[in-house]
Amino acid sequence: MSQIHLELTKVGIEFPTPKGPFCALRDVDLKIKKGEFVSLIGHSGCGKSTVLNIVAGLYQATTGGVVLNGREVNEPGPERAVVFQNHSLLPWLTAYENVELGVKRVFKGKKTKAEMREWIEHNLELVHMTHAIHKRPDELSGGMKQRVGIARALAMEPQVLLMDEPFGALDALTRAHLQDSLMEIQNDLGNTVIMITHDVDEAVLLSDRIVMMTNGPAATVGEILDVPLARPRNRLELADNAEYNHYRSAVLRFLYEKQKKIESIDAKRAEKQLDKSEPEKTKSVA
Amino acid sequence: MSNKLATLKFEQLKAIKWRDVLISTLMPVIGVLAFILLWHTAAPNINTSLGDFPQPKQVFEQWGNLVDEYNTEQDRADAFYERQEKRNAELLAQDPAAKIDEREFNGRPTFFDKIETSLVTVLSGFFVASVIAIPVGILIGLSQPLYNAINPLIQLFKPVSPLAWLPLVTIVVSAVYVSDSPMFSKSYIISLLTVSLCSLWPTMINTAVGVAGVSKDLINVSRVLRLGWFTHVMKIVLPSAIPMMFTGLRISLGIAWMVLIAAEMLSQNPGLGKFVWDEFQNGSSDSLSRICLAILVIGLIGFLLDRIILILQTYINWDKSAVVR
Ligand SMILES: Nc1ncnc2c1ncn2[C@@H]1O[C@H](COP(=O)(O)OP(=O)(O)O)[C@@H](O)[C@H]1O
Ligand SMILES: [Mg+2]
Repeated sequence: MSQIHLELTKVGIEFPTPKGPFCALRDVDLKIKKGEFVSLIGHSGCGKSTVLNIVAGLYQATTGGVVLNGREVNEPGPERAVVFQNHSLLPWLTAYENVELGVKRVFKGKKTKAEMREWIEHNLELVHMTHAIHKRPDELSGGMKQRVGIARALAMEPQVLLMDEPFGALDALTRAHLQDSLMEIQNDLGNTVIMITHDVDEAVLLSDRIVMMTNGPAATVGEILDVPLARPRNRLELADNAEYNHYRSAVLRFLYEKQKKIESIDAKRAEKQLDKSEPEKTKSVA
Repeated sequence: MSNKLATLKFEQLKAIKWRDVLISTLMPVIGVLAFILLWHTAAPNINTSLGDFPQPKQVFEQWGNLVDEYNTEQDRADAFYERQEKRNAELLAQDPAAKIDEREFNGRPTFFDKIETSLVTVLSGFFVASVIAIPVGILIGLSQPLYNAINPLIQLFKPVSPLAWLPLVTIVVSAVYVSDSPMFSKSYIISLLTVSLCSLWPTMINTAVGVAGVSKDLINVSRVLRLGWFTHVMKIVLPSAIPMMFTGLRISLGIAWMVLIAAEMLSQNPGLGKFVWDEFQNGSSDSLSRICLAILVIGLIGFLLDRIILILQTYINWDKSAVVR
């Protein structure tokens, strides 16, 4: 149970840009146990999505690597299902068909047609979407689309569920609903989950561990906070829970004291000065 | 009180509606009427070698003449078949083993036969163009190297006028398409190929752009699911390229119809192009009116063809909310 399931070792990545290589991540180390719920939190642009994309296999790490169950990850695959930030449902397929696409891919030859249908319906039921099973994405609200996106990922029975700010674009009420659904599902299925969030409450409520990232460039893991609150968790009861508030303020302190973002105007000014000084440098070299 | 308010609101609603109705239906009518009036007053001032430029009234009269011509031709055809049947019946009565011949009536193609010929030709040319352009567009949209290889050819041939293609096509078809009992006439094949050559490009380019522009997110979905090449193309690429593909098809069909008229004039394919050409050569007092009429009919058919594609597009396109114009 407590074996290491997913391991990131010295993961670093450089993106080629017109101004030369940009080092987004450096030496990211992370060990995740089976069934664990881990949140990644950090200021926007620090490299959270990049970490997730490397685990998903959509990006290739420049240095280091990712190992899942003793095997190196170097391409995308359905055992690492992704819930995308903007749902990414195929707009020309119904909710059912969107889930079906993944199910057919994973269970071809393993389930009969009837079993597949049952499985698809079951997963849409898990996210409370039975009533709109044959609707297209443009007929669904943002929250509903995100539910279908989660159902699509769950239905592939992934070993790891990767979620990139899954509830970021939703209103507070819908978000709370979906968080509760997600907790329920994770309780029942015991998936390993990595979720990116910028919402401190969401991180503390859902996670077993919160991974806090430093600001980029060359971002890395700053601190890791264990959240051993008993499950099932109830958001109302936790609101007055001293332990909960302690974790919450720990994360807040990290984000707004230790990794306080430099005022953006200052940053821009600094950048401009850099730009100005650079051509002179090249001149002198020439 | 509330009742009054309700009626007030209703009145307001009605007022707004009326404005919309006025703008959307009355304005087009006014536009057309103004055009007809302008035409009517300007026409007598234009003196040509064939008399004054025809007024709308004269052009409309030609419509009646052409319908009459069609009816006469129909009557002649009926009479012909009646005679043939009678003759055959007599022959059979004398000798049951007699060899009877059933010939097709070989009358002059009327205006409406020419419309039919033009439609058949343009649609077959458009079909051939689409069958080539869509697959090629998909392939070059999927593969950047292939796109780089084919793009110069597209850019080179796209601006070539049908009038430049036609002599070449004519000579090649005459050399290659030789048969004792040809299924299609040479003029048909020539017009068809010229139409295809000219209308190929917009569909090809737009399909390629649509295919290449599939959203990165959807490609990531496909990668995570590890979809096979074929499923990827069928489930992800083609559906997202459909709107662009239809944009291309619409432009292509418009070009095809324009090109066809020119091609028919020169290749003597018995369609509307030939009709205009023959009237031009004919130079009778009716010719100008008939050419004007042909222009109106050509325009109307072009418009209808565009509408048909549009209806097809709204029917096939998954994005029902898309506004198509
Ligand atoms: N494909 C890419 N090419 C170049 N730079 C990238 C690319 N993807 C991300 N970056 C850069 O890497 C940094 C981290 O981005 P990202 O992981 O999206 O941040 P986050 O998800 O934490 O907001 C940003 O500075 C971004 O500009
Ligand atoms: Mg991100």
